[in-house]
Amino acid sequence: MNKTTIAETGFLGAAVLSASLAVLILIFMLALSFSLFKGGLFFTLLRTPWNPDHGLFGIYPMLAGTLSIVFLSLCWAFPLSLGASALISVIAPAGFAKFCKKTVQMLTGIPTVIYGFVGVFLLVPFIREMFASGSGMNILSASLMLSMVISPTMILIFTDTFESIPASYSAAADALGASPVQKFLYVILPYSRHGIFAGLILSVGRAMGDTLIALMLAGNAVAVPGSILDSARSLTAHIALVIAADFDSIEFKTIFAAGLVLYAFTAFIILLVRIIGRMGMKNR
Amino acid sequence: MLSISKRSVSLTGFFILFLFMGSSAVQAGTIDLFTSEKGEIKISGGTAHIPVMKDAAKLIMEHNRDIRISIAGGGSGVGIKQVGEGLVDIGNSGRKPTDDEIQKYGLKLFQWAIDGVGVVVNPKNPVKKLSTLQLTEIFSGKIVNWKALGGSDKPINVYTRDNSSGTREVFWEKALDKGEITDKANVVVSNGAMKTAVANDSYGIGYVSVGHMDKSTAPVILDGAEPTIDNVKNGSYKIARGLFSNTKGEPKGLVKKFIDFLFSPEGQELAAKNGFIPIK
Repeated sequence: MNKTTIAETGFLGAAVLSASLAVLILIFMLALSFSLFKGGLFFTLLRTPWNPDHGLFGIYPMLAGTLSIVFLSLCWAFPLSLGASALISVIAPAGFAKFCKKTVQMLTGIPTVIYGFVGVFLLVPFIREMFASGSGMNILSASLMLSMVISPTMILIFTDTFESIPASYSAAADALGASPVQKFLYVILPYSRHGIFAGLILSVGRAMGDTLIALMLAGNAVAVPGSILDSARSLTAHIALVIAADFDSIEFKTIFAAGLVLYAFTAFIILLVRIIGRMGMKNR
Repeated sequence: MLSISKRSVSLTGFFILFLFMGSSAVQAGTIDLFTSEKGEIKISGGTAHIPVMKDAAKLIMEHNRDIRISIAGGGSGVGIKQVGEGLVDIGNSGRKPTDDEIQKYGLKLFQWAIDGVGVVVNPKNPVKKLSTLQLTEIFSGKIVNWKALGGSDKPINVYTRDNSSGTREVFWEKALDKGEITDKANVVVSNGAMKTAVANDSYGIGYVSVGHMDKSTAPVILDGAEPTIDNVKNGSYKIARGLFSNTKGEPKGLVKKFIDFLFSPEGQELAAKNGFIPIK
């Protein structure tokens, strides 16, 4: 065997292993939540509340919690990331742009728990005083902090997309006398729409899968949130809180329902990214 | 918040260890049992137990470096489950394991201290006395403003623990008489996290192990009885519970010695130093 074949076999093995892991996890979750599918309990869980003392094990409030935290965090993170990457790749002078990019790269490496820490001691008291209602642990706090977590990755993806436009397009815009802002708005932005969408969707996945920020900042109440100042529990935080329950109990089984929902969401998101990626290729 | 509480717990652990080492170095006793031992003890479960477990582990490991003791939290439910499934040697619980659990896993219970569970509010809150009725109405969400209790016109922020918590179990049974806990309550994951949450929230109310109480939160006098160790001891404060260390089957070898140590004068002194009532 020469070196190439060894390398090929090695890579193939690694690929098969990681691919089969993803499938195995799905099978494992389906197997453990199998009893929930009998009699359609699984679908009942998706629209009922959680109150173990009264025999209710639904995950609807957590579903609502996850969706509202994720949606709101995107509302903060998307404009911020778009602006920051426009600054880095188009508007700012080269030196400052490089400094910004390095800072953003560094931000991606900060562990989530640090953001959670900062949130508990700085953001939560601020939100509490600011709105003078509730404990300050609510959807707003969690989504603000979560937007800080997902922005760096989004900024880097956007910047890469903006910088990948063909030099001829950029030169043409310059030759026509376009200002940097005009060039960004009329040339780069339309050209990058697929990249922007892909970055956005990947961030949704990241935001949905995050556990610690919601666990530390959202308050974990099991009521369906009625406003962004209400305490809420995300699916991931719910799993973390209930995992201690007795293995044979229904509580424990229902966290596999929560896991399955998260898995399905993530799979759907990745599929969407693939489709968009393919569309982007065709259009070029 | 999990990590904050762990850190503060270990800091107090260290501090108390220093206080204690001076006195223990002179009079050696039960600790000599560990002299020729070797091996590992894994402990998990109740978060109220952690300071005592840490202190005991430090003393034993200082005495004999061939012994390794690891301590994790997780809550009473986790402790019982993990010891039952053989994942750890000792599973701590802040409640008595149910008959089902004892039977299913063949648990042996060792209650080495008594602890109270007290209601706490922020020190800035003027409301420091409540009746059981008022407490039930606060936790069920019937009273939602501090004004109704003579405080400022601010909404009440209720904090509770997750369902595997022994502290929650005891509080829910003995203070709330198994009454409703509002679904709007914030949920925190340990005694330490509860303290941090109420200490930071001027309008919060929660409950912690009496052993964990300090100046960061203010205890609430319930039906005229203050949640202090003395009142738990003389029976005037009713919301109390045993602190249990559970093993699967009769403990053997090193694990048995560790349990014996908890009941020895040294072990019992550690319990008292950490704000619990020794059993002996």
